[in-house]
Amino acid sequence: MSPSVRLQEMIRVIRSARTQGEERGVIQRECAAIRAQFRQADNGGRSHNLAKLLYVHMLGYPAHFGQMECVRLIASPRYNEKRVGYLGAMMLLDENQDASLLITNSIKNDLAHSSQYVQSLALCTLACMGSAEMCRDLAPEIDRLLRASSSYIKKKATLCAVHIVRKVPELGELFTPAARALLAEKNHGVLHGAVILITELCERNAQTLVQFREAVPELVHIMRGLVTSGYSPEHTVAGISDPFLQVRILRLLRILGRNNDTASDAMNDLLAQVATNTDSSKTAGSAVLYETVLTVMDIKSESGLRVLAVNILGRFLLNNDRNIRYISMTSLQKIVSTDHNAVQRHRGTIVDCLKDQDASVKRRALELSLALVSAINIRSMMKELLLFLSTCPPELKSHAASGIFNAAERYSPSQRWHIDTILHVLITAGADVRDETVPNLIQLITNASQLHCYTVHKLYRALVADISQQPLVQVACWCIGEYGDSLLQGDCEETEPIQVTEDDILDALETVLQSHMSSPATRGFALTATMKLSTRITENVDRIRSIVSIYGSCMDVELQQRAVEYNALFKKYDHMRAAVLEKMPVMDRSSMGQTNGESGGGGVQELEPTKPKQPEMMVAPQPASQVCDLLDLLSDPEEPSLPGGPLGPGGAPLGPAGLMSGSAGGDLLYLLGGLELTPTPTPATAPAAVTVYDKSGVVLKLSCERPLDASQTITLTATNTSDHDVSSLTLQAAVPKNVQLQMKAPSGDSLPARSSAVVTQTVLLNNPNKVSLKMRVRLSYTTS
Amino acid sequence: MHFLLLFSRQGRLRLQKWFTPTPEREKKKIIRDMTAMVLARKPKTCNFLHWMDLKVVYKRYASLFFCLAIDDQENELLALEILHRYVELLDKYFGNVCELDIIFNFEKAYFILDEFLIGGEVQETSKQTVARCIEASDMLQEVNVFNVLSTLACC
Repeated sequence: MSPSVRLQEMIRVIRSARTQGEERGVIQRECAAIRAQFRQADNGGRSHNLAKLLYVHMLGYPAHFGQMECVRLIASPRYNEKRVGYLGAMMLLDENQDASLLITNSIKNDLAHSSQYVQSLALCTLACMGSAEMCRDLAPEIDRLLRASSSYIKKKATLCAVHIVRKVPELGELFTPAARALLAEKNHGVLHGAVILITELCERNAQTLVQFREAVPELVHIMRGLVTSGYSPEHTVAGISDPFLQVRILRLLRILGRNNDTASDAMNDLLAQVATNTDSSKTAGSAVLYETVLTVMDIKSESGLRVLAVNILGRFLLNNDRNIRYISMTSLQKIVSTDHNAVQRHRGTIVDCLKDQDASVKRRALELSLALVSAINIRSMMKELLLFLSTCPPELKSHAASGIFNAAERYSPSQRWHIDTILHVLITAGADVRDETVPNLIQLITNASQLHCYTVHKLYRALVADISQQPLVQVACWCIGEYGDSLLQGDCEETEPIQVTEDDILDALETVLQSHMSSPATRGFALTATMKLSTRITENVDRIRSIVSIYGSCMDVELQQRAVEYNALFKKYDHMRAAVLEKMPVMDRSSMGQTNGESGGGGVQELEPTKPKQPEMMVAPQPASQVCDLLDLLSDPEEPSLPGGPLGPGGAPLGPAGLMSGSAGGDLLYLLGGLELTPTPTPATAPAAVTVYDKSGVVLKLSCERPLDASQTITLTATNTSDHDVSSLTLQAAVPKNVQLQMKAPSGDSLPARSSAVVTQTVLLNNPNKVSLKMRVRLSYTTS
Repeated sequence: MHFLLLFSRQGRLRLQKWFTPTPEREKKKIIRDMTAMVLARKPKTCNFLHWMDLKVVYKRYASLFFCLAIDDQENELLALEILHRYVELLDKYFGNVCELDIIFNFEKAYFILDEFLIGGEVQETSKQTVARCIEASDMLQEVNVFNVLSTLACC
């Protein structure tokens, strides 16, 4: 009985197991038997036992006890045992296992074996799982095989060399001369391997790249031979002669011709020939054409050739095969920034692809469409994009929404169009927009002062229709609070007039307040809006008063605080209420992110500035541009850097500060919003970092923000460019008596050798008496 | 190429070849992710996926999914051709190959793969040459087994 039946028998038994438990039982029994067999002496069936174990391993069961058996089988003189042993080594051993080192010697012996099939087993295994150690040991052997052996072995040795170069790049120099010689081979397998080897060498070493540029004519010649040769039964695939080799040669030409005029000139004709003569009706031809296009776009080709390439991509876009459409869009994406006009010609087809069934194609079409939006086509493109947004799959919605916002911001033809577009997006995809959309939109609305009436009407209608989309509800509440009086007037030139009473508005706001769909931030918006209306409406002030007092005992701390403060506004500070709740002035972008000291609104300035509510953190708010640093270093969402205005007494939230304060989650929300809103941050002059210590490669730099103020943040940055690892890095600092020092935790305490890693540590100083600031720093570390 | 996976429509793995060193646990996770992603695809969609920073090219042949993960630089259409070439080689060897052939002769499927790809690259672009080499290796194996059996029979 042939032993291999036992293996197939076992597979059959395992497959016939009806439950997982039964299967596990069978496998456990078999594994026990296999283990016992492994411990026995050689009985002729070792290879089959290992094969059984490998099957079990593929099913997902542990098989590590077979590793030593692999090592033993590899050392066996019998070919069938070696074969299974090497297969086991490739499946069970990898460079992280200790047992892999044990097979190095066997591989070495087998590389010099008389039978080429044994040699090939060794080469294959080395290329699959050879560790850096093994590669270093065996590299000379491989080099020998590259030069003097049959083409069967040469091709395998070449790919083994590729693996070695990937693992140990320094050994590339060893293989360079042999690689050059291999280009003269006729055998396609060897040639293919040689091209791959040369590609690897050139990608890793600039000098080798220069050296191999001289081989460009030779490569062009080989390629031309392939393109013009007739049918060959060995290599032709769908009318293309050896597409695998062609694609690899094209890729190598791309690397050689990049940024080099002479090389690019030498290949111009060839590329034109390939581009025009290759038949792309089947995948093989399309693969070659695709690679040609990529090469043409990447090297310094002449413009005629580039146009040809873009036209090929355009042709691909109309292809029936979805794969080809997909890759043409991928390539167009890569060149849309450089050859924008050429790609614009195909805009219609790309926009049609937005309606394709395939999600991958849709994603590509979306990205490409967003890249193609320009001032000229903005209206038509936006129509298509909005249509897409309403039907697109959920994973693309947020990307599409943010893309639309960016495009609208850059190219919107009018403010009203802009606001309409944003409203449309909020209504269709409100849940997926980014958080800073809300402050952005609000700022946009305040700027468009002549559209206030129109905007608030639209928003009111949207609010009444649907209160589930949080960003929309937030903006609507804010607008109603600000411009409620326009809403009550009822007539507005640009929309149909509707009759809205004060009760209607208050009903809408109350619905938002009470709905379980509203997030805490939204409810905060609604409450504030209700409060603001107390100065805009005349009859229902009592209703507002009662709403506000109800929320004085709300479970949500934020709402409760607001309600209590508003109550106080009604009772004790009623004389101030009108001033406090005045309309907001126009905000511009930079004021949203500015440092404190610039107040947000006219009415707000009357109030005495009181201490910010979060005293423990940074003593003074920082410019918004520094907020990024603070967030990184301190990772504290309660950062009091509330750009855009001081807080009023008891923090009556008003204006941008009103948006910025709030629950911790709200803080983070708007803090990120604050970050986004500073297009060109207005930093206090951030002085350049001063190098305070520089010795044997270890550099310590000191940088401080706001050098003239009472409180400072100093950042100490340590880098290591020496050849030794630095560990246990500690920084100590001392300052004069009247200055208070607080050192935050450092980001780490070790720097590997010759790396770009940094260790930063923040030091907070408070200098209330404004004495001249001095600081002594002590740096201690150990080097290897 | 980073890895090649073959799995059935029920998600059972039939062949796995890893071209980069990956820890066991991560291999299992990748297999789970790939199977889930590929099996979730609708029939008339394109054969390319994005996963982490790799491109995944997959194709369904009868009841088996062939799944190949390639670098960003590599040519996806060529990867499709590579998968197709492998299937052709299996077909030639087994004669009208089906999933059962690969299940019961998995080690042979690996041997064929090792004659076609090495270290994540194509080593031989000619179908006939690969087929001839497999035949010769099998012949060598038979001779070996015959020798072993005859020596065992003698003693």
